[in-house]
Amino acid sequence: MTAPFAVVTPGSALPGASVPATPKNLPHTGGDANPSAEAMRVKFGAAIERVDVVWGETTVYLKGDRVLEIVQWLHDDPAHQYNYLSDVTAVEHRDADQPLEVVWHLRSLPFRRFLRLKTLIQQGDKLEVDSVWPVYKGADWLEREAYDMFGINFRGHPDMRRILMWESYKEGYPLRKDFPLRGRFSRSEQLRQALDQDPEARYSMEELSVADAFQDLPPDMRERLASGDTPGE
Amino acid sequence: MSRRTVEYELSTTGLDAQGRPRRVPLVTDGGTAVAFEPPPSVEPELEGEHMLINLGPQHPATHGVLRLVLELDGETVVRCIPHVGYLHCGFEKIGEYRQYNQIIPWTDREDYLNSPGNNVAFALGAERLFGIEITERCKVLRVIAAELSRIMSHLVWLGTTCIDIGAFTPFLWSFQERENIYKLLEDWIGARLTTSLTRVGGMGADIPAGWTQGLNNFIRTFPKTIDEVDRMLTRNAIWVGRTVGLGVMTPEEAVNYGLSGPMLRASGVAYDVRRDFPYLDYETYDFDVPVSTHGDVYDRYLVRMEEMRQSVRILQQASARLPDGPINIDDPRVILPPKNKAMNEMESMIHHFKLVMEGPRPPIGEAYVAVESPKGEKGYYMVSDGTSKPVRWRIRPPSFVNLSAIPKMVEGHLLSDVIAINASIDIVMGEIDR
Repeated sequence: MTAPFAVVTPGSALPGASVPATPKNLPHTGGDANPSAEAMRVKFGAAIERVDVVWGETTVYLKGDRVLEIVQWLHDDPAHQYNYLSDVTAVEHRDADQPLEVVWHLRSLPFRRFLRLKTLIQQGDKLEVDSVWPVYKGADWLEREAYDMFGINFRGHPDMRRILMWESYKEGYPLRKDFPLRGRFSRSEQLRQALDQDPEARYSMEELSVADAFQDLPPDMRERLASGDTPGE
Repeated sequence: MSRRTVEYELSTTGLDAQGRPRRVPLVTDGGTAVAFEPPPSVEPELEGEHMLINLGPQHPATHGVLRLVLELDGETVVRCIPHVGYLHCGFEKIGEYRQYNQIIPWTDREDYLNSPGNNVAFALGAERLFGIEITERCKVLRVIAAELSRIMSHLVWLGTTCIDIGAFTPFLWSFQERENIYKLLEDWIGARLTTSLTRVGGMGADIPAGWTQGLNNFIRTFPKTIDEVDRMLTRNAIWVGRTVGLGVMTPEEAVNYGLSGPMLRASGVAYDVRRDFPYLDYETYDFDVPVSTHGDVYDRYLVRMEEMRQSVRILQQASARLPDGPINIDDPRVILPPKNKAMNEMESMIHHFKLVMEGPRPPIGEAYVAVESPKGEKGYYMVSDGTSKPVRWRIRPPSFVNLSAIPKMVEGHLLSDVIAINASIDIVMGEIDR
């Protein structure tokens, strides 16, 4: 049997990458910024609003309408190669005047760099931002989750549906600060709604039409699905 | 991709000249198993008709409550639509109403096969946010906890995957070994599954006297079990036939889909958080990162087996270097006073009361700390506004992102292979749905 896999020690990094070491004695603010932040400032100028370094992690604040372009450049540029998307999420502050933040965590595996991108959405503005799905396929579910929990619409995402909550969930967006911890309805109301649900109606139109099974359904269910009506609402 | 040959042993044929079971090469071409001649159609009028089936959420092979809606052409999967969220309990929302130490029990319950590892990850994140440097003994104890829980999680993966694919015996062996780790954890912290092992700035408890003896016993005996499973499966005809060439992800695809952990390394990308973005002084331990090249179910199995062996190596070194000293940092802002002082001295009692009722307060800031969990890159992102409760506590769930690639992996394969591919992702629905 040939060797099934090679055991490698140096990791996936390029020769010029930083030497990995456990971060120690990080300053609260004002440590060394990620070199990519300066390069972004040179390249994109006014689209970079601010660069912060907190606990050794660099955060770059972007203008909301340039996100996709900048992320594409970070991904493609051979001197940076941010090829790995760790996370897409959002932060809403307790202070209602503060803007809502959409956060991307990127990694450059070849250069062992970590970068946080943020864009601010002022209160009252439309919660909309470009999807990075065209660059990173891994953004698919992460963006759907951010939509599900915060109501942020990612422009250009192929399938912007709820993911953790069910599709007919009408109470709003659970991780928003105006959403009460126990939900908007009482326990008994939530239970009543859950018992009212018809499990048969949980197929979405898309799934049914794809299989041409729609015509085989009982007529009453077909009618209900066609009218977009799901029980219990 | 090159043609690939895996030699395996047939359990039913005769012996060769040396008296060993005869080995027969199984050839696959470019990641897809060599096609059989399709049998003649039984019902020609149904040809081309697609069928929807609903796998889960109550199917034992979906490892919890995953639901896959599969569109089938015969037995071939044309399309796969996963549905998750059946276990959603709003951990992140609850975290916004809890002090940092109060969140630690919630981390037990997300990836519940890896509770000590999650506790360690959360404590590291909170300590970054507080600007705390933990003690040397605490670091080594946390490495021991994290590696034990990696082995524990991989053993569950191994056992349940064997059951899914049709082998029963390795399941019993791996759960026996898992029981040994549970005994160790029970002696350490008193709990088996929901350990809540760490605190911000230290550990919930120091190891009891003589505990390292038990750990060393485990380190000595455990590799034998791995070897046995290895002998049982690695060149087993059924195992190879059911895993080789399934669910292939190329390195570029794997990185682009955000896969991490053994899923990514089986595709040939040597990214391990312990190696590339170290924490807990992992750069000072001598261990290898196993990387495979084909990116199929079989290689994920090989990578996880080797990872368990490497974890044993790390445990040996950690056990040997475990220094004496305190487990908690000497900082009254986050660490409770000793119990005898809190019961006997007024100042300590007030201090204890304030710390429990109000909680430690980190400065304004944010931190994303990722660790290498058994499933992949597990990140905790915390934002503080200076109060004792986080504004946002975000879990970056590795199996959530890994699972999002399942449509890509199963499409074109047989229905029975969906089970094997799904098992190879090593999902934990508690972590996916949170």
